[in-house]
Amino acid sequence: MTGVLRVVVPGLFTTVQDLGRPNAIAAGVPPGGAMDRFAHRAGNLLVGNAEADASLECTITGPTLVATHSCVVAITGADFEPRVNGQPIPGWTGVFLGEGDRLTFAARRSGGRAYIALAGGIQGDRWLGSMSTYLMAARGGMHGRNLKAGDEIDVAHQAARPAVSGQTLPERLRPRYADHTLFAIAGPHLRRLDPESRGLLFGARFTVSREADRMGYRLDGPKLATSGDELLSFGLTAGAVQMPRGGQPILLMADHQTAGGYPVVATVVSASMPVAAQLLPGDELQFAEVTLERAHQMRLSLASALGTRRDFLR
Amino acid sequence: MPPPRSTRQPVPRVRTFPLGDTALLAELGTRLDTALNTRAIALATALKKRRDVRQAVAGYATVTVHFDPDQTTHDALGAAIKRLAAKRPPMEEPGRLHRIPVEYAGPDLEEVASRLNLSPARVAELHSKPIYRVFLVGFVPGWAYLGPLPEELELPRRHVPRTQVPAGSVAIAGRQTGIYPLPTPGGWHLIGRTSVKLFLPDRDPPCLFRAGDRVKFFSSSR
Repeated sequence: MTGVLRVVVPGLFTTVQDLGRPNAIAAGVPPGGAMDRFAHRAGNLLVGNAEADASLECTITGPTLVATHSCVVAITGADFEPRVNGQPIPGWTGVFLGEGDRLTFAARRSGGRAYIALAGGIQGDRWLGSMSTYLMAARGGMHGRNLKAGDEIDVAHQAARPAVSGQTLPERLRPRYADHTLFAIAGPHLRRLDPESRGLLFGARFTVSREADRMGYRLDGPKLATSGDELLSFGLTAGAVQMPRGGQPILLMADHQTAGGYPVVATVVSASMPVAAQLLPGDELQFAEVTLERAHQMRLSLASALGTRRDFLR
Repeated sequence: MPPPRSTRQPVPRVRTFPLGDTALLAELGTRLDTALNTRAIALATALKKRRDVRQAVAGYATVTVHFDPDQTTHDALGAAIKRLAAKRPPMEEPGRLHRIPVEYAGPDLEEVASRLNLSPARVAELHSKPIYRVFLVGFVPGWAYLGPLPEELELPRRHVPRTQVPAGSVAIAGRQTGIYPLPTPGGWHLIGRTSVKLFLPDRDPPCLFRAGDRVKFFSSSR
């Protein structure tokens, strides 16, 4: 519809993302979508959108955007020190941008991925039911690519209610990104690790290697030995920790391969995926085993943080 | 009195494993077997009709089920899966048959032939003989795992995978064959090339093959 933001500087890797295309996995297309679903959802709720509206996912550095029409935005997820016309603005808060206002990001303070939600949602190409950008197929979002200077960002639809600035998500309700403990459920093939390696998986520190992107993170750390024959390929999920023969685990993320034959020794629980989404090469992490019951409680507790927002906005 | 069980088909024992808190892996078996794959596809189809299931994808002999954790639990869904799997699956409709032209001149053809003690022409002949089954579609967009490959062509994967395999490469590994739909890294042996497009981004579903389809290769070399 109407262009509201112009991209002056695109940032390192900024893409349009929503909640992905879960139905495309049967065709081998990754589910995709925002890596940090919590930050994406929260941003949308703070500007009065539906959770499924598209937002911008900014990796490591943020873009410079100029408002060509007045609008309301919210910056969530990683802290890249957002500013409007040079003045710091709060994160996790709906902020009004007047025509000509300039949104910039000073520096990365913590986390790897920040989200920019726009009242009315961000307009992108829809592919297989989602506006999420999928680079390998050059489809979705901003014509299947990351943003570049000169792009005009449009509003997807007229907001259901007048956009209101100042809505905020209190810090106590946000994910604790600084704690890099990823809670995980034992995987179907955990027994393929010997007892010593099992102990290391749920105790040792791993480091996100340089091979880390939206598909997944290869982890450096103690070598873990698997045994047994090659598995027949099966469907995978984000959060799965694959164990290739080389002994370096791979944590699958939003654009993961949809099927594979490596043993899955653990799966990170949904409540820990926002933390995983904020990790960058060089970051340390550890896995902590939890039960399904505990994972269920953690998921409800995170969902209720957004639930209070939904009630408040109603 | 419980109804009499059909004795014609063995009831597969299904094991379910959590894949985190919103998905599970239902394992019907561990063998590369057409009957198991047929059951897996039927089970996935039945599961997709359930309201508490978001998506169900059949593997060779497994079904990966993504479920709505607000509506069900791993245990409740696991019990439902066991009930569904005990039922005789509906007769499978024969999958569509795709005839795929191949130019048998891949960069690994000579090496494959010499390792198998066959002539390159014989490799091509053996590879294009069977009607393969599409066991599953996945890994990268449009990739289909086809098989079973004739035993005479069985080779383990390459030790060092290629960092880039051209799209359209026809490849073999183990008892499987497939076509690279996109330029991707790959560890299979490249024996030929086809001009047929496997990944069709502007169609829905965006791929030529579907699980359960049949594929026949033929040599397009002059």
